[in-house]
Amino acid sequence: MAYTEEELKKELETKEYEYGFYTDIEADTFPVGLNEDVVRAISKKKNEPEWMTEWRLEAFRVWSEMEEPEWANVKYKKPDFQAISYYSAPKGKPKYDSLDEVDPELLDTFKKLGISLEEQKRLAGVAVDVVMDSVSVATTFKKTLAEKGIIFCSISEAIQEHPELVKKYIGSVVPRKDNFYAALNSAVFSDGSFCYIPKGVRCPMELSTYFRINQAGTGQFERTLVIADEGSYVSYLEGCTAPMRDENQLHAAVVELIALDDAEIKYSTVQNWFPGDKEGKGGVFNFVTKRGLCETNAKISWTQVETGSAVTWKYPSCVLKGDNSIGEFYSIAVTNNWQQADTGTKMIHLGRNTKSTIISKGISAGKSQNSYRGLVQINSRAENARNFSQCDSLLMGNECGAHTFPYIETKNKSAQIEHEATTSKIGEDQIFYCNQRGIDTEKAIALIVNGFSKEVLNKLPMEFAVEAQKLLEISLEGSVG
Amino acid sequence: MDLKDKLLSSFMAFEDTVDVNLPVHEVRTEAIKNFEAQGFPTKKMESWKYTSLKGLLKSDLSVFPKKETTLEYKDVKKYFIHEIESYRIVLVDGVYSSQLSETSHDGIDVCLMSAALCKPKYRLIIENYFNKTAEADGLTSLNTAFSKEGAFINIPRGVVVDKPIQIIHFSTGIEPSLMLQPRSLVVAGENSHVQIIERHQSLTANATLTNSVTEIFANKRAIVDYYKIQNDGEAASLIDNTYISQQQNSHVSVHTFSLGGKLTRNNLQFFHKGEHLDSTLKGVTITDRKQHVDHSTLVHHAQPNCESHQDYKGIYADKSTGVFNGRIIVEKEAQKTNGFQQNNNILLDDTATINAKPQLEIFADDVKCSHGCTIGQLDDEAMFYLQARGIPEKEAKALLMFGFANNVLESVKIPQLKQRITKLIAQKLGVDLGFDL
Repeated sequence: MAYTEEELKKELETKEYEYGFYTDIEADTFPVGLNEDVVRAISKKKNEPEWMTEWRLEAFRVWSEMEEPEWANVKYKKPDFQAISYYSAPKGKPKYDSLDEVDPELLDTFKKLGISLEEQKRLAGVAVDVVMDSVSVATTFKKTLAEKGIIFCSISEAIQEHPELVKKYIGSVVPRKDNFYAALNSAVFSDGSFCYIPKGVRCPMELSTYFRINQAGTGQFERTLVIADEGSYVSYLEGCTAPMRDENQLHAAVVELIALDDAEIKYSTVQNWFPGDKEGKGGVFNFVTKRGLCETNAKISWTQVETGSAVTWKYPSCVLKGDNSIGEFYSIAVTNNWQQADTGTKMIHLGRNTKSTIISKGISAGKSQNSYRGLVQINSRAENARNFSQCDSLLMGNECGAHTFPYIETKNKSAQIEHEATTSKIGEDQIFYCNQRGIDTEKAIALIVNGFSKEVLNKLPMEFAVEAQKLLEISLEGSVG
Repeated sequence: MDLKDKLLSSFMAFEDTVDVNLPVHEVRTEAIKNFEAQGFPTKKMESWKYTSLKGLLKSDLSVFPKKETTLEYKDVKKYFIHEIESYRIVLVDGVYSSQLSETSHDGIDVCLMSAALCKPKYRLIIENYFNKTAEADGLTSLNTAFSKEGAFINIPRGVVVDKPIQIIHFSTGIEPSLMLQPRSLVVAGENSHVQIIERHQSLTANATLTNSVTEIFANKRAIVDYYKIQNDGEAASLIDNTYISQQQNSHVSVHTFSLGGKLTRNNLQFFHKGEHLDSTLKGVTITDRKQHVDHSTLVHHAQPNCESHQDYKGIYADKSTGVFNGRIIVEKEAQKTNGFQQNNNILLDDTATINAKPQLEIFADDVKCSHGCTIGQLDDEAMFYLQARGIPEKEAKALLMFGFANNVLESVKIPQLKQRITKLIAQKLGVDLGFDL
């Protein structure tokens, strides 16, 4: 008997969040609430220099005067910022020399996630800076990187050991007063990753970080700073999964990329925070500010696979400041059940001969809402700017929505801009064709969705491509169009 | 006193000029309250992000024309499509000009809004249609509050109107600056067919601000072709709000040719009330100097099996600004919708700006919706080809621009009108191509 649509739907609905488990590690948590003292305490806890404390306080002051934005096409209950604990670190954090010393329970967690450190260390050649509840607990491959002069560490470590770099670049792409959540992050960020690639160095491995939200009721405020000096290249991977929670958790990260002359940064994300259950209860709020700055001949490429979070609000952007710089954005956003995603990119063309490409694939199923929101801005001095944008949406079922809000602003006559968007569903004929050849409906959908997303999946590094494909299938199987 | 207060206080004076006992006056008082609450739109509103009315609203606009003026037909003949027979509704400074008009009550009603609002025989139509599809935003409410005069067109079922209807609004410039609020209503009965040409024209360099509202109702299987010629003087600004409500199997097309004027804002909104209908929105915009043209369209697909086609072409030179804000909403019920939107733009100067925002909001799964938006220049190779054959640069450019806008021009169904628009475009581009395209 063939697999019917109803069965598929049922299976999908009852599909529990596979990665929903909770690691019982004693954590050192601050009382809830936010004021200047809390900001000071976070800074003190991290043993930060005076200038950093001041920087945070200034951000806090800016934030207290800002209002939470409401323009996005998402609906949610606003988080109570005074009911969040702004710091949580695994207790008695020791410095490990090898993986054997790491809490076995923690290692077990990573195994469940399929991020076995040993395996990755041995097979994949990926250096992992694991961030668990905001503080780095394990960093690998540091030595190999150090030989090349690459700095890859947690941002708190960087503040201690490379203050000149941090001071120079932090907030240079995403200023503290950029937006509500960036200001909040600047004030209270607990940890994150820092990466510096020296001149002319090609980073020999994919750098990657896994973020996890663990302690109940703690928000996660990550700060990532990647600096690629002249002529260097780095590929940075970021992925996340979160355990199941009843209350909404807030995630407000800031990622800043700086690509100096002739440098190239490839930043890939697989995001799989807990999306809430099938009634739309719980789930992570993902309000992220990601932006990169390209100097002359530099290139920044964002690739993202967004399958998780109850509410996603994120626009990885490129400021194409230098001449001949290139910005790319490849995205797959999948929403199911009650998820809401408002995501896209901004390409700001300032330099001459700048190029940007936007490929966005949105897949909505269940009762979800999926929006693409993008801006392509050509400044009057940006001669011969070129942009190509393509936003395709796939709808599964008649209770979801797919929306496109592209903004195109051009002030230069030599600009060439193309934008196209389509919306459609999976054709019955396509499914029929597959069925006829003995491929069941579920597999057929996976096949079609994979084909639909291929352009983006292809851009992911090998290690991620496999995981991303798996994620797509988990998030979507059974949502017959 | 700013313009808003001035308008609010002049509402009492306005009440003296109309019959306040008519039911329509309740609609007006409701609307003035609405306007008081909302005021004029600002750039903070998403739909007005790229167009500011600030400068316009600052100027000291008089709200009522102080005296009536008459015009001689020979003086204004060139503004009519005079090559063809047509019905004419002509308003001079917002006041009906019987001398220039040619109305009809013979089987169809082509007449005045003021007559329709107060004559008992139109009461039912006014009750059923007046202000029934217009949005209640600030500007439309303002117009509704001061609605008094405009065109009233009522085509009974099964009537194919024998000749096009021309609606022309002249402003004479007797006042240094004037604000006009024309209000029109078009009701096309079942199986009827009507063609309408609308034009706003100022005759001097004095400033005018027209805040026009037109409601169009297309009943089952009705066909309505509506053409808007916007080729006004440099000091004239126009906010044109057009609301269209369509019943099943009806076809409504609106063509907008924006060539002149200081600031032009077109709010064009289609609402679908039946299945299997078709909406067409097309436009050609050619601007220079400091002109600002904003096309804000909405097609609200609320019923299954409907189609919409949008095609807007824009050519922007000098310091002009173009805005295209196209929105397609497909409701959950509107399965099998085909919605297409195309917006192509050419920028001729670095000082010109184009802001495009083509939006799709889709809640139904079995739909085909697409939008395309391009911004570019004239093709260098094509220019070289033409110039190599002895066509001067200016003419070559114009030829390419005509080619660019041709898709829209071709779908104009009145040949004489097409010719006229072609001439207007040639005039705008400053060329004489010596042949009719």
